[in-house]
Amino acid sequence: MSGPNNDYDPVEVTPLKAEELEAARDAALVAVAAAQDLDELKQARLEHAGDRSPLALANREIGALPPQARKEAGQRIGQARGAVNKAIAERQAVLEVEHEERMLLTETVDVTLPTARRRRGSRHPLTLQSELIADIFVAMGWEIAEGPLVEAEWLNFDALNLGPDHPARTMQDTFWTEPAENHVVLRTQTSPVQARTMLTRKPPIYIACPGRVFRTDEYDATHSPMFHQVEGLVVDKGISMAHLKGALDHFATRMFGEGVDTRFRPSYFPFTEPSAEVDLRCFVCLGENSEECRTCRGEGWIEWGGCGVVNPRVLIACGVDPEVYSGFAFGMGIDRSFMFRHNLEDLRPLFEGDVRFASAFGTEI
Amino acid sequence: MKAPISWIKEYVDVPADVTTDEITRRLTMTGLKLEAIDSPGAQITGPLVIGRVLTMEPEPQKNGKVINWCTVDVGDANGTGQPQGIVCGAHNFAPGDLVVVILPGGVLPGNFAISERKTYGHLSAGMICSTSELGLPEDDDGIIVLPSDAGEPGQDVRSVLGLDEEIIEFEVNPDRAYGLSLRGIARDLAVSVEGATNFRDPAIRDTPAANDQGHPVVLEDTVGCPVFVARKVTGFDPSAPTPSYISQRLVAAGMRSISLAVDITNYVMLETGRPIHGYDADKLRGAIVVRRARAGETLTTLDGTDRTLSTEDLVVTDDSGIIGLGGVMGGETTEMGESTTSILVESAHWDAVSMFRTGKRHKISSEAGKRNERGVDPTICEAAADRVVELLVAHGGASADPGVTVVGTPPEAPVITVSGDKAALVSGMEISEETAVEALRAVGCDVTGSGTLTVVPPPWRPDLTDAQDTTEEVIRLVGYDKVPSVLPIPPAGRGLTRAQQLRRRFGRAAAAEGFTEIVTFPFVGESDFDALGIPTDDVRRNALRLANPLSNEAPLMTTTVLVGLLRAAARNVGYGASSFGLFETATVTLPTGGVAPILPVDARPSKEEFAALDAALPRQPLHIALVGVGEADASGWWGEGRGVTWADAVEAVRAVADSVGLSVTTRGVEMAPWHPGRCAELSVAGEVVGHAGELHPKVCTALGLPRGSVAAEADLDVLIEHAVHLRPAPTFSTQPLAKEDVALVVDETVAAADVEAALRSGAGDVLESIRLFDVYTGQQVGAGKKSLAFALRFRADDRTLTEKDTSAFRDAAVAAAVAKVGAVQR
Repeated sequence: MSGPNNDYDPVEVTPLKAEELEAARDAALVAVAAAQDLDELKQARLEHAGDRSPLALANREIGALPPQARKEAGQRIGQARGAVNKAIAERQAVLEVEHEERMLLTETVDVTLPTARRRRGSRHPLTLQSELIADIFVAMGWEIAEGPLVEAEWLNFDALNLGPDHPARTMQDTFWTEPAENHVVLRTQTSPVQARTMLTRKPPIYIACPGRVFRTDEYDATHSPMFHQVEGLVVDKGISMAHLKGALDHFATRMFGEGVDTRFRPSYFPFTEPSAEVDLRCFVCLGENSEECRTCRGEGWIEWGGCGVVNPRVLIACGVDPEVYSGFAFGMGIDRSFMFRHNLEDLRPLFEGDVRFASAFGTEI
Repeated sequence: MKAPISWIKEYVDVPADVTTDEITRRLTMTGLKLEAIDSPGAQITGPLVIGRVLTMEPEPQKNGKVINWCTVDVGDANGTGQPQGIVCGAHNFAPGDLVVVILPGGVLPGNFAISERKTYGHLSAGMICSTSELGLPEDDDGIIVLPSDAGEPGQDVRSVLGLDEEIIEFEVNPDRAYGLSLRGIARDLAVSVEGATNFRDPAIRDTPAANDQGHPVVLEDTVGCPVFVARKVTGFDPSAPTPSYISQRLVAAGMRSISLAVDITNYVMLETGRPIHGYDADKLRGAIVVRRARAGETLTTLDGTDRTLSTEDLVVTDDSGIIGLGGVMGGETTEMGESTTSILVESAHWDAVSMFRTGKRHKISSEAGKRNERGVDPTICEAAADRVVELLVAHGGASADPGVTVVGTPPEAPVITVSGDKAALVSGMEISEETAVEALRAVGCDVTGSGTLTVVPPPWRPDLTDAQDTTEEVIRLVGYDKVPSVLPIPPAGRGLTRAQQLRRRFGRAAAAEGFTEIVTFPFVGESDFDALGIPTDDVRRNALRLANPLSNEAPLMTTTVLVGLLRAAARNVGYGASSFGLFETATVTLPTGGVAPILPVDARPSKEEFAALDAALPRQPLHIALVGVGEADASGWWGEGRGVTWADAVEAVRAVADSVGLSVTTRGVEMAPWHPGRCAELSVAGEVVGHAGELHPKVCTALGLPRGSVAAEADLDVLIEHAVHLRPAPTFSTQPLAKEDVALVVDETVAAADVEAALRSGAGDVLESIRLFDVYTGQQVGAGKKSLAFALRFRADDRTLTEKDTSAFRDAAVAAAVAKVGAVQR
């Protein structure tokens, strides 16, 4: 490309002296370094590296030089332009970071402002507790059985060895429905579910029944006309009290933690014999230095529920042969368990529907 | 049952080092459960001592009262040994008497703290006490004057007065009737407490032989009353006081002291467990006959109540008619009173079931009935009657009449056969046959045989009727605490049922929508339905009625979960909550049933019988109800909030339905308790599941909710029924999306859902989605009209849609809307 440049204007040719080139380069570097923001840098770039900048013009002159001078001039100019472009790029990077930082700074907000635009829902702790209990038994391989709250008198009482003249019928204060001759009650216990299960499926039976029950108790801090129970029933060959103890110990541990087991005290229930009340080793003090313990009030044990070996009369009424099968059953209050598990002294908040109560527990317990 | 420990120990020797705690622990482990240990002096603290009255100066006061300024020797109890100056208002004592003094620093029942105080011009340092001040049964209103040999001045007086007595309260289960007597408790103690010996049965005594000089008695119903013993005393002094040991023990046992004769019958009942009735013998007319009441017969019982009797009631009669409800309560005409000098003592055995039924029928709960209906030892009628006679003679100055009437024979004890290893099998621990036999003999059973044991229970254990009963007895004596812990291994379980799994989703979905779950009682009244504006002919008015509701205002089982939910919402408003959402899931009761048969219990009911039980029950579907109050989205620094609207209620149910893969269609309807123009009927799969919308302003006013509150109720059982089991995976086209928006003007009465459905039907298969994004009413569309703007999104599976394609689809959609709902494109 050594031919004449016809459009070349010799008047505008800047001398290619080395010192001038260096001066132009240095001036460019100074301007770049002095640029305080991206606008200034842009200005500096146009001035010192733009099409009309001395270095750009010098570059264009190379073609007009004698061939032997082109190489040397090209190298010098190329180095100068390279140095300037590099400086511009570096400065650009720095200023961009600075710019972004400034931008972000201006976008800063007070993150301690409240954020609760949508209200959060919750589930009732008794629901959660019932699900937790169901999960414990399902994990043991048991199944969860259910039945209606408004129940046949026969299933609530007679089938469970609570005949019409059984003194124990007066132990449970029953809500009766009208007309009386319909023999329909609000179930006083979840036990009719046990009877239903035995009547509708064959042993082996391993079930837990959490559910709602009703008694004519006046509503106060420790009594409610409606509360929740979980009962368990096992009917299989060779079932004994030892299996009952084993199942309850396991339940206690899963629900209240390692080291929490149970003990039996004799009691009486028409549907079981032998019958026992079951106490839970206090899960707070584990029975050690109980004097100070507020949960068990110094007892080391907490009354938890009732249990026993299924009375053969119940098996017979429900069509299970007591010569082949035996079983155990137990029942405890879900509400009561919740109360001592979560330090609730008065049960009424469970049923008052105050939004603040369930909200405190969220959606899992 | 309450029993002073000293009374129990009258019948059994207990080593001195066995504490009351140990005794109650052991008794609890064999079946007599400790309820509480109390002491009559439990509320008295500080120095309570014997004092000897040295001087006593009566000082008349201006108010007419005469007080006594006394000096009392209290030994060293006051720390000085000097006589104590005490002002006393009573006069029934004299210098030289031993009295009970509480010194300053002491506290009497009722938290009555004693201190030195200036009164009537003296510094009175303490108090001379009466029985009532010490919380003891009152004998008279005076100061206690102790026997002269009671002790030395300054000595603690608690043991003298029995204030340090420990009273054990037992919870007696229905199978432990014998625990309702000192006899039974002492016997159990002798069996279960190590070292306790020498049980002395208070019912074993020499009784005079029956003769024909006694009061004539005829038993017409020997099932109801198999044994009747009658004894008589004459010359009884009706004014004789009850000895303090008897009245104290009665009070300790929780009974009242009434009169000597009544107190003695009660005392012997506590001692032996056998209820006794005393008649004023002079008021009896002719022979006593025991029979069932005849229809229409009446009796005025001792409590003054006139009762119409049932033909099942056992009655005691004489020539004058009915004189008592046998075993339950005596009659007024032969009641012992202030002039009674001859007493006929009745000690009879009654059929427990009859007792239970009569007590229940007439709502009588008496100490006698409590024992008779649980079962009493039928062999001790003579002994108990004799004991009563003995005490009437000893304390009432009476003479025993030589006549002794004994009619009937006690029922035979059952003979039980039980395998020798049953206790081991039932308990799951090693119990040898020898151990089992030993335990049964310890509780009084007669045991013979080996391998298979023949057991005859003692007469005081009517609860032992079958092999399971005797087995429980053996395991209790071996000890429940020795039962090992063995986890039973079930066959593989099937986990939660599908319905159980789905039910959990509903609550989670409602909570995710911002609603908080509550639990309320299902009891409602007609006024609750009124408040909700539910019309009188609405099916929801048909509610199951309770025979014995806790409150007469709420005798019904609710048919809608909204009642309790809205009441709770109003309570929250009352507590100051302004924006919240609540939900509840519960079954409602829809009466549809009939008579639930009482089936036999000796065999499995047939399938038909079981089905009849279920068919008799009301339908009880599971419902969810929601209520929203105030703002759905809160106001804040970000700007204005958004008040809750009918749409939030619908959307919440949509979310619940979506949790089981169902979509809800809506239709405007009128339904209480909703706003007539803002209530959506909700359906899934063509079945109505519930309603949602804004509450009627009247309902809000009636309940105390802010106007504009919203609510919904839906049947979750229907959702479970239609729940999508396996949702198919979607396939997506990756062809480009084509968008078309259309605005259609329709009559205001046309439902948006219908317009959308029309567009959808016209747009064809390539319509991917349709969304209504604006509703406009105003001048530009004219009165009675509205403009609905829809965003249509088209996408083909196999090609890029051209503009021509999309406009054709859009035009087809609009044409359908024009045809079906009279829409005009804007």
